Amino acid sequence: MFNSKSKRNKLDTKQKWAVLFCAPNFLFFAVFFVIPAAVGFWYSLTNYNGISRMDFLGLENYAKLFKDPEFYRVVANTFKFTLVSVPLVYFVSLFLAMLLNNEAMKGNSVMRIFIYWPTLLSTIMVGLTWRWIFGENFGILNYVLTTMNLPTIKWATSANAAFITTVISFVWANCGTNMLIFIGAIKQIPQSLHEAAEIDGASPLQDFVNVTLPGLSAVSFMIIIFSIISAFKAFAMILTLTNGGPGTATTYMIQYIYQTGFDKMQIGYSSATSMVMFVILIIVSLIQTRHNTKVEKRG
Amino acid sequence: MTVSGKKNEYLKSFFGLLIAIIWVFPVLWIILSSFKSGQELFAFPMTIFPKNPNLQNYVTALFKFNFVMYTANTAFITIIATAVTLLMSSMCGFVLAKYKYPWLRVLFVCLLATTMLPTEIIMRPSFTVIYKLGLYDTLWACIVPTVGTMTGVFLMRQFFVSVPNELLEAARIDGAHEGRIFIRLMLPLCQSQLAILGIFSVKWRWNDFIWPLITLRSPDKYTLQIALRTLSGAEAVDWTTLLSASVLTMLPVLILFIIFNRQIMSTNVASGVKG
Repeated sequence: MFNSKSKRNKLDTKQKWAVLFCAPNFLFFAVFFVIPAAVGFWYSLTNYNGISRMDFLGLENYAKLFKDPEFYRVVANTFKFTLVSVPLVYFVSLFLAMLLNNEAMKGNSVMRIFIYWPTLLSTIMVGLTWRWIFGENFGILNYVLTTMNLPTIKWATSANAAFITTVISFVWANCGTNMLIFIGAIKQIPQSLHEAAEIDGASPLQDFVNVTLPGLSAVSFMIIIFSIISAFKAFAMILTLTNGGPGTATTYMIQYIYQTGFDKMQIGYSSATSMVMFVILIIVSLIQTRHNTKVEKRG
Repeated sequence: MTVSGKKNEYLKSFFGLLIAIIWVFPVLWIILSSFKSGQELFAFPMTIFPKNPNLQNYVTALFKFNFVMYTANTAFITIIATAVTLLMSSMCGFVLAKYKYPWLRVLFVCLLATTMLPTEIIMRPSFTVIYKLGLYDTLWACIVPTVGTMTGVFLMRQFFVSVPNELLEAARIDGAHEGRIFIRLMLPLCQSQLAILGIFSVKWRWNDFIWPLITLRSPDKYTLQIALRTLSGAEAVDWTTLLSASVLTMLPVLILFIIFNRQIMSTNVASGVKG
């Protein structure tokens, strides 16, 4: 009797410690994630502009949003940017990992460090670095084109060229980490599988397609999901690189949310945009969570 | 190895080196350009290496551009936020790894689902929260919202999962309470993992842009990233100062990376998703 009671007491103190240890994190999570998300949803139903009285509008902001050609342009820009840059990030990272996974290769670690370096830069710096390269009149790229007697490219004033600069910068800044993750995963594939393929007379390409790629499927999935999310939240890099221009050619969703929410003070409208983006990303992360549980069950 | 195999290896090496050089060139170009004088910077024909390398741009950046003040602000945010992040992440990670309660399981799933949603989306309501808490235009506004990083929690949880339960049980039988177990037994064990999280946290906070952008208003509170943004957003961009300031800004993270490059390169963690 006494024994079991003391045991329960002990259990309870244990639980109290558990609550104490994770309380700060859950508190901060509630204050800086749950509350802002709820407030954002509330704003999206009002005409709040930071100054005058807030009126409840219901779904009016959403109705306005879905009729606004500018909103569709920004969504289209964001999807275009994501659809072009995510596959590029994926294939370039995989290619780099295949090239640099051999530990015996001379200078291999230096090469990896060079490719990893850009991931240490702030997104502001990434934008600046490429703006310096892509400068229309002062950039080295156009200079090289002139010396080769080729026409220069209007990196900042042509919509397509500006789009390309954002993709290149994004790929450059994001491949380093993914390459390292791929290298780690490639090493996890049992050597015996490669040997078996070789005995069966598989060419290096067949070995890659039938042994390496399937072995990387879980990691590939993770990298693609993470890259989609980074592409969706590209913001600071774009600010210093193109500032969303020319016109709104490279204005992506986060920048649009920022412009409407802070510069134009259309907070209700901006929050409605946030909610739409929220839904898109929730769908993406649900796919991720479902995939994870499937993998866990299989494993 | 066959002759063709060896040839293949050389080809691969050569190709790898070529790509690595192309990859690192943009950063090198910024560094090289920062040593050129204003005239040389826009002169044709261009040269890769500065003809008369000089430090004038750095002197300007350091003294005319308030670099020291911005660095002090950024360092303050980075150091405090990292210290708190390490403490909170290790406590929460420990609990998530080593305790089994139904409520904990529910919370864990909630956190897991939301790590994917970046704070950038809810910038405007986050600003309202900061404002109502009286943190607007203080450096604390760039510290408080960031210390509860879930990436940090998961990184620490991952480590504590690998700690054998017998170790905890033995300590409990000896009569140690949970707080003591955590401080005396667990913290010393996870030092290397803490170091890695610390490096990442320094990088995240040093390079942070979103929170300073929405919460800092007075120029004397600016962080380095905001200052760079302000310089680059001007009508006529002052490239000479901007280039040298950029190089100075990336130095601390670069130095940290050089010191810990082995640990960083071997941590194949899914980091940098949300920091």
